[in-house]
This record gives sequence, C-alpha cells and structure tokens, in this order.
Amino acid sequence: MISWREVVVSFGDVVVVGPVTLTVGDGEWVGLIGPNGAGKSTLLKAAVGIVPHEGVVDLGDRKGEAGKDIAWMPQRPLLPDEMNVANYVLLGRTPHLGYLGSESGHDLDSVRNAIERLELVDLSDRPLSTLSGGEAQRAVLARALAQEAPVLLLDEPTSALDVGHQQQVMELIDQLRREDGLTVLSAIHDLTLAGQYTDRLVMMDHGVVVADGSAREVLTEERIMDHYEARVRVAESNEDGLTVTPMRRPQ
Amino acid sequence: MRAAAGARPIAPARIGAGRWLVAAGLLLVAVLAGLLAGSVPLDPVDVVRALADRLPLITVEHGLDEVQTRLLFELRMPRVVMGGLVGAVLAVAGAGYQGVFRNPLADPYLLGVAAGAGLGATAVIGTGAGPAAIPIVAFVGGMAAVGATYVLSRTVGGRTTTSLILAGVAVAAFATAIQTFLLQRSYETLREVYSWILGRLVTVGWAEVWSLLPYALLASSVLVALRRLLDVLGLGDEEAVGLGVNVTGVRRLVVVAATLATAAAVSVSGLIGFVGIIVPHIIRMLTGWSYRVIVPLSLVVGATFLIVADLGARTLVAPAELPIGVVTAFIGAPFFLLVLRTTRGSS
Repeated sequence: MISWREVVVSFGDVVVVGPVTLTVGDGEWVGLIGPNGAGKSTLLKAAVGIVPHEGVVDLGDRKGEAGKDIAWMPQRPLLPDEMNVANYVLLGRTPHLGYLGSESGHDLDSVRNAIERLELVDLSDRPLSTLSGGEAQRAVLARALAQEAPVLLLDEPTSALDVGHQQQVMELIDQLRREDGLTVLSAIHDLTLAGQYTDRLVMMDHGVVVADGSAREVLTEERIMDHYEARVRVAESNEDGLTVTPMRRPQ
Repeated sequence: MRAAAGARPIAPARIGAGRWLVAAGLLLVAVLAGLLAGSVPLDPVDVVRALADRLPLITVEHGLDEVQTRLLFELRMPRVVMGGLVGAVLAVAGAGYQGVFRNPLADPYLLGVAAGAGLGATAVIGTGAGPAAIPIVAFVGGMAAVGATYVLSRTVGGRTTTSLILAGVAVAAFATAIQTFLLQRSYETLREVYSWILGRLVTVGWAEVWSLLPYALLASSVLVALRRLLDVLGLGDEEAVGLGVNVTGVRRLVVVAATLATAAAVSVSGLIGFVGIIVPHIIRMLTGWSYRVIVPLSLVVGATFLIVADLGARTLVAPAELPIGVVTAFIGAPFFLLVLRTTRGSS
C-alpha cells in the first residue's frame, strides 16, 4: 500500500499540490484523473522524491526507498537512441545494485522475466530508437517491472498509444498487478479506460482531490463539466462500466 | 518451449576480450613507436630486450650502450609515459563530462575547464610559487570554470547541447583574457608560460610523471567506478532519481574527478585540446552507447592517441618540433564539426 498524508508540494510561494491525503491499498489499482495541470504528475513525483514535499508518504512496513519500494514510470520517458532493450530493462535493477555493484545472476533473471512477460524477447537486442510507440511503452513497463517494487506509479501509461495499444497496455497492467499483487496508481487522461480498468478513481483539480470513489460515483456529467469544462455524455455501456463520450457544443 | 531468440543471453554492455586485446595491442605499438622515434636511431629488438631486462626477476642481454640506455629510459620513456597518462586522463575526463551533461560535445577544452586550469597554473607560475602548488591551483581554476559554464548555460539557454558549449567558449575566453593580463604584467615568465600554453611534452622527466600519477589514478578510478551510473543518468535526472540514484551527488563527484584529471594534466602538459572529444567518440562509433565500455576504453585509447599525436609533433617538422596541442587541434577541430553535424542532425 501507499498513502500520502497531508502532502503539499510548492514551488517557491506557489502551492501546486495539496494538501492531499490519499491511500491506495495493497493490490488495488487506482486511476488518478483530472484536467491538465491538476497536479497528478507532481503527486506521483513527490512520492519518489523527484520533487520535494511536505507531509508524509507512507508505505506501511516498507521504508519507501525510491526505486526499490516504488517504481515510477514517467509520462515521457527519455529513451537513449542506441541503447538496446535488454540493457534498458537492466537499468531497472539500479536500485538493487548499490553505486559500485554489478549485476548478479538474480538481477539478470529478473530482467529476463520482465522481458518475457512483456513479450519483448525478440526485441531484446534492438536499439530503443527502432521501436514503435507500443513497443517502447512495453519496454518502459518492463524496466519498471524489473525493479520488483511492490508499488507502481504510472504517469499516463497510454497517452502516446493508439486505441488498440491502449487496451493492450491496460490489460497488461491489470494482469501484472493481479499476478504480482502490485499496488498501482496511474494518472490517466482517458476517462472511459480509467473507469473500465481501475478499481477506484480519484479526481484532482487545482492540486487537491475533488472526488474519490467508484467510476459511477466520480464520473458524472456535472463533475466533468465543473473540472474539465467539457460537455460529455456518460452512459452505461455493459457490465464493463461507463463510457464517457465528448459532445460537440451546439452550433 | 522457448523460441530460439529467447535463448539470447541478457548481458550488460561490456568491453569483451577481443576489444581489450585490440586496444592493448595498439597501445603497445604506439609505445614502441614512441620509444623508437627520434634523431638517434635505436634498434627495435634491443629496445624490446632492454625493456624486458627492466622487468622484475628477468635478466635479458641487450645491445644498447650506456648513453643509448639513458636516452631510452631517461628521455624517451618518461615522455611516452607522460603522453599516455595525459591522453588517458583527458579522454576519460571528456567521457565523464559527456555522461553527466548528457552532451556529446562536452570536453575539458570546450567547457572552459582547461582554460580555467591554465589560468590557475599561470597565476602560480607568475607568482613564482613552487611547482607543487600548480595542480592544486589549476584544479581550483578548473572547478570555477566548469561551475561558471554550467550556471551560465542554464541561465541563458536551458539545457541544449550548444548553449553549454557556447557558455564554455565564453568562460574560456574570459579565463584566457585574465591570463593574458597576468602575462603582460610579468613579462619575464611570458616565454615559459607561452610554450606551456601550446601544450608540450618536451621537457618532461620522471619527476613530472610522478607528480601527475596520483591525480590520474584517483580521478580515473572514480570515473571508472561510476561508469554504470553514467548510463543511468542517460535516462534523465528525474528517472535516475526514480531509480534511487543521488543524481546531484553523482554529478558532482564525476565533475570533480574529471576536473581534477584535467587540471593535473594541464599543469604538466599545458593546453592539449580535443582529446576528450575525439577519443570517446571514436569508441562510441565503434562500440556503441554504454559508458561501461566508453569510460575504461577511453583510458587505453586516449593514451594511444596522445602518444601517436606526440609522435607526429616530434617527427612532422623534424628536427624542429610542433606543439602537441597544435597536432590535436589539427585533428580535433574538423572532428568536432563532424560530431556537431551528427548530433544536431539527430536531435
């Protein structure tokens, strides 16, 4: 599990996040939604120590070491052109190595395992620059998985992908968290996907949590108008949940 | 069942025995050539035998007389060893700067570090303080220069490749201006400093070798030890922090080590430019992206490169000698443009 308690992030005098109090339970997948600039990415970064914060980020019986206890996947990962997939995933073992260490057999096994589960075996010696968007996203996920951290923070894992790859990645995250009992918090823009796949939705706006609950509770037309200034239709689709469809303004 | 491709081993980037052999072989050839070149011809077989004779527990007969033996061990040998050491540390410093700044054009010369160190060294020579103070003051000058370059590049133009280099040019010009000012005021040291500015390995003896060695060993050990983390820094600061790396600490340590190496090299040999950009790039072109490969190989290839460049400096206009800085700049400037073209093309 991971919880933020009274977490505040400010740049100079400007408070960009908080105070936020939020808990994601063991094995739970929470979708973090909200308009651009709501503070979703910053909240995730605060947990890993990329931005300094006040308040407490608590991982229960874990110490909350960046990398070891929390794996963070950025929105736009920097992929060194010539690095190959295997070596990229291998960098996920960094938190376990110490500054002067080198990889043990166990480290290589973890990497092999991550590569196999994300079906990157045939791509493992390909340079990152030759991967398609979907393949690159899988490589980044594999690197996060190789960290073997119990908590996974994903910043817009599907933003660069077409609808087919979006579904693939969401299915994959679902499978991984079920198999490994991972705790997942993912910032996500697509409200329909967010509602269909995650256990719970948390909506942020102007740095604070404005709604927290099931998709049916959080995704209402009024709330989306209030916070996104978007006209949408929320409809029951089938047993999978809701669909959120943008509506054009009347001419 | 595993597909055939699944059997492909997952292995960190490494140098491999073949590359080590080639690099070491080239270094050996360069060393021998460096020992043989000169106005007094020495028989290659005798030189090899005389070298073997110096190894512990081995006695080998050789045909060199006493004068030739002294020429070999007191004049040519320290010069070759010094060339190798200076080349090794300048190349590895370049690789280190390129890693922490994520900038393929970073180089002790282009970042202004060499000029800052040169200013420090000039100040020491000008005041007539002992030679032992030179590397330390040169280090202070180098650190001030690299700090100024970094801060300047961030304030003017974010973190682009060229803004760092432009800032380095400005800092180097400023340091050089102060240096010239100091020189004007102490006319008697002008000649001494001028010959040193152009880079020289001419007057080197074992004393200079021993004065450089501890700094070279310390700085290279730090850079070699941190080579894997340079690959992690390649993912960007945020991701490196996310992977549990103390980015600021690692960056400082690498910059301090690379600057120490540069300052020590500059103190004994003057300003020898472009080694830090040429050598890591040749290695990168031949072996790929990983600093796990680039950093250790830079030591060996850098040593080879500067021994060969010195050979050129000694023989191209014999019996006169070119400053070695002129030789490296002759190769380095076009090379720099080539790298600039390719990096700008890809970004």
